[in-house]
Amino acid sequence: MSDSKDLLRAPFELAYNYKRSSGPVMSKFFEALGHQKILGTKSSAGKVFSPAAEFDPETNEPLKEMIEVGPGGVVESFSWIEDPKHHHLIKEPFAFALIKLDGADTSMLHMVTQCNEADLRIGSRVKANWSEIQEQRITDIKFFTLEQ
Amino acid sequence: MKKVAIVGYAQHPILKNAGALNEVELIMPVVHQLFNDLGISQKDIDFTCSGSCDYLQGAAFAFVEGLSAIQTHPPIKESHVEMDAAWAMYESMLKIQMGDAETALIYGFGKSSPGDLDAIISLQMDPYYISPLWPDRVSLAALQARVLLDQNIITPEQMLATVIEARANSKNNKNALITDLIDESNYLNNAMVSSPLNQLDCPPISDGSSAMIIASEEKAYEFTDHPIWIEGIDHRIESSNLGSRNLATSKTLQASMNQLNFKNIKFDVAELHTQFSHELPFLKSLLNLQDIPVNLSGGPLVGNVMMCAGLDAIGKTYEALKENQFTHGLAHATSGPCLQHNMLVHLEAQK
Repeated sequence: MSDSKDLLRAPFELAYNYKRSSGPVMSKFFEALGHQKILGTKSSAGKVFSPAAEFDPETNEPLKEMIEVGPGGVVESFSWIEDPKHHHLIKEPFAFALIKLDGADTSMLHMVTQCNEADLRIGSRVKANWSEIQEQRITDIKFFTLEQ
Repeated sequence: MKKVAIVGYAQHPILKNAGALNEVELIMPVVHQLFNDLGISQKDIDFTCSGSCDYLQGAAFAFVEGLSAIQTHPPIKESHVEMDAAWAMYESMLKIQMGDAETALIYGFGKSSPGDLDAIISLQMDPYYISPLWPDRVSLAALQARVLLDQNIITPEQMLATVIEARANSKNNKNALITDLIDESNYLNNAMVSSPLNQLDCPPISDGSSAMIIASEEKAYEFTDHPIWIEGIDHRIESSNLGSRNLATSKTLQASMNQLNFKNIKFDVAELHTQFSHELPFLKSLLNLQDIPVNLSGGPLVGNVMMCAGLDAIGKTYEALKENQFTHGLAHATSGPCLQHNMLVHLEAQK
């Protein structure tokens, strides 16, 4: 048996350790998030997708026109987690929710917290709360809370 | 379309934790059982296709190791889908339609016990808008459950009945992982995982493998006197933009039903890849299956091997047609959150 100090060791990082562009549409969406603004893309028929979609999945039309939506919106569905797991970003009870932002026709998946499950229903009004540091990521929105 | 038949199917007993058994050791028994049952070897197979998920093993190209379970010398024609093995069967169908093969071996395998499946499935989502939020698979399914409940498309009683019936049906499935029966009070006292879904509404973490052999009409009768014909197969996917989908219905499934001419088929039995209790009553209603036995095997709620459970729905439908007086069977496989991607397979036994 070899002594443990003879073992060869190498670091192993399981990660995508490369950078990539998020493309012309999503780049604008994320830049705006960095300025605490939420954008959507608008189709020629007037349908607004937020988070910004690059194309309309029904018509395949490429989407370029961007408009501001939110920061308030309506809960379209939610799942309530009383005991968050280690990988969840919020350590208190919270909901994953589909939120249709004001001015948008589709919903954004995000989180709602600082309330009880019984306070939340489909149709509840919520508003975006911003993270302390803006990184141009979807997590620049820290979570949503019920509108008072 | 060339006629293609399923001529054999084998399933590993579904395990809670396969322990030291690696993927190769899970695959070998089912492939060899099939070969022995049919009296053939890898030499009789023109095309081999597998389905698995490298995320489960946590290494790129992990699926290649699975090939150690079969004979690859002299060189074989082989492919892999990073999907449920139901889609490996679809690729094999295409190979036979193209005239590149007359016979195909399909296998799927998954070992979910070593990792944290909820965290792993989060990583498979849209990397820009969804993955960074770490939504687990149960919470995503629960979003659809709440929409269906809110719109009275399904009821909590149907979810309860689905869980009780799945466990009762596990007696028909010698490979089922969950076989203990439960009653209403067990269900109602169970803690929520992600409301409205509790632990019993969710499938068990499962390890296992399955294999299937399909063959063209010319070859099928060399393998068996009773092939089960793949009369129709169709699969369609919805947007990866979860919030742009209508979770109360499935336009893509309806399109598949039209494509397969559902109006004119009277199905006798069905096996659906419904992993959560709300999905079964939803799909039964969408697919018009209210009056026939569905998931006689217990379905994914009594054993849900990732990357196999869809192939298992096809395999269990094949077994039901072979062993009973049924003529038309429907199998369903799914992939992605909230039934995003669905495959329907119409199987027929010729009496």
